[in-house]
Amino acid sequence: MKFRFLNTVALAVLLICAGCASPYDYTTFRAHPPRSIVVFPPLNLSTDVRGTYGYLSTVTRPLAEMGYYVFPVAEIDEFMKENGLPTAGEMQQAPLDKISSIIGADAALYITLTQYGSKYEVLTSVTVVAANAKLVDVKTGLTLWQGTVVVQENSSSDNIIADLVVAAVDQIINSSTDQAHDLSSQANAQLFMTKNQGLLFGPYYPKSQQ
Amino acid sequence: MAAAKIVNPQIKIPVAFLAILALITGCQTSIYYWGHYENLVYDTYAKPEKVPPEMQVHVMEEDLAKAGSANKPLPPGFHAHLGYEYYLLGKTDLALQQFQQEKKEFPESTVFMDRVITGLTKK
Repeated sequence: MKFRFLNTVALAVLLICAGCASPYDYTTFRAHPPRSIVVFPPLNLSTDVRGTYGYLSTVTRPLAEMGYYVFPVAEIDEFMKENGLPTAGEMQQAPLDKISSIIGADAALYITLTQYGSKYEVLTSVTVVAANAKLVDVKTGLTLWQGTVVVQENSSSDNIIADLVVAAVDQIINSSTDQAHDLSSQANAQLFMTKNQGLLFGPYYPKSQQ
Repeated sequence: MAAAKIVNPQIKIPVAFLAILALITGCQTSIYYWGHYENLVYDTYAKPEKVPPEMQVHVMEEDLAKAGSANKPLPPGFHAHLGYEYYLLGKTDLALQQFQQEKKEFPESTVFMDRVITGLTKK
């Protein structure tokens, strides 16, 4: 009974929180609906150097599934590097008129990673991905949409012995694998696909599902 | 009666859970056949030694065939990425074919693909 009560309270809190976030104002977005999006490598403010490309490689799928043409991220990155813009910071400074004439994108997506990676405590490890994103209309320079996301994954249980084993194994796995990369897909889905907060559907999204 | 009261919530919870799960998964029918495209992009940066162009081309050609038999379109950027891998292998004709295919399936890519194609045919 106690548990059920707590569950009910938790659910109620969740519902209240979901309800209180006011819907995004899509006026500018609707006035300049893009067909195509160029995604530049994210600016990485975390200490994990894998952030930029660990995150970049998970952005295409949610955007494409929402109905947009997404320029090939690796080839855009390569093209920018060949043209004298070697870092994410420099790429994100590229003038909009050049993006229009050289790439032909309707909108550009600028992402900043504020947190990316895993932290280890004695018994647990915590993986965090936090990002903010801004979608800009290439022709007018207007901001069509912006959003922020934080996702966190803890590895721990109620069993202290199991925790010790998990922590040890986690540490070995985490240092070699990029757990934040897996979490990035989840962050993106939440960032772009949340109803009334994420992006509007693009031209390739099937009308029957809208 | 007392037993019924205890049993009831236990049944209701999984049913509600399944219903929510069905609702979520039902909404997420994929438009595209993704294959290994995003994983290859990730590995290109994270473990480049594991994904030389020969390997990427091999995996993506398989994806292409599988998408065909699944009767699903390949996602934006797939053909452009495969074309680039062909280019790295010196297979210019195959590269051009893929860049044209990207344009054909997604006319939004025309400006960028034409630029890439021009760069390729000049070399």
